[in-house]
Amino acid sequence: MTPITPAHFLVLSAALFVIGVIGVMTRRNIIVILMSIELMLNAVNINLVAFSNLWQNAVGQVFVIFIICVAAAEAAVGLGIILAFYRNKETVNVDEMTLMRW
Amino acid sequence: MGQALAFYTLAAFILGFGVLVITARSTVHSIMFLVVDFLFIAALYVLQGAQFLAVIQVVVYAGGIVVLYLFVVMLVNLKRPPEIHKDRRRRGRLGMVVSLVLLAELGAIVAYKYVSPAAALPPARPMGPDNVAQVGMLLYTDFLVPFELASMLLLVAMVGAIVLARRDL
Repeated sequence: MTPITPAHFLVLSAALFVIGVIGVMTRRNIIVILMSIELMLNAVNINLVAFSNLWQNAVGQVFVIFIICVAAAEAAVGLGIILAFYRNKETVNVDEMTLMRW
Repeated sequence: MGQALAFYTLAAFILGFGVLVITARSTVHSIMFLVVDFLFIAALYVLQGAQFLAVIQVVVYAGGIVVLYLFVVMLVNLKRPPEIHKDRRRRGRLGMVVSLVLLAELGAIVAYKYVSPAAALPPARPMGPDNVAQVGMLLYTDFLVPFELASMLLLVAMVGAIVLARRDL
């Protein structure tokens, strides 16, 4: 078994990111779509931590903290929007969210 | 050797649960798989010497954000499955193809790094065992302004979430 290099972490994070993209592209439940976005953010975090470990510099980890903070804000506001929309339209299906479709 | 074994195990679990998150029929199952996925990612952080981030990951993601998702699923009391309505103009197959093209691109970037040797590695300055002190020192010196802005962002998000979730909106 070869030693673990940063390239291994890059491949892992790329695969996780693509899983998130597939979720956003193919699912129609908006809650699952938000969860896929969380997966993509986590893939980016794995990347940042891998490079922080490679360059032996803790700045990458500080960036991960900011990303987690923004993800928390995004989840709170996004789920609030979902709740408000559900109360008006009784749906969480993105195909039925056509209020502003041109 | 042990590190490689740990990495491959964790990677397999992370990717497997990631696939389960986006394929599960029930939204609640999806959220449960997401929790497990976050916990394995926290273990991956420990493997890389980022203990503070691992704790943050468990507390904020697996403890806070996921509970928020569960509450919303509980409040959104669906009478029919959300996937039942299908837009004829939607092309799910095309989304899959675009995602796989993206995967090929990312793989090409990583492969390029293998083919052409990267720039010389920096001298190995040990980051030191005290990960928490190091991250805290950076947060309160070099990144003080972004830190305060992040707290403001959280405050605004909290107010926004409360306003959005009010009954008379």
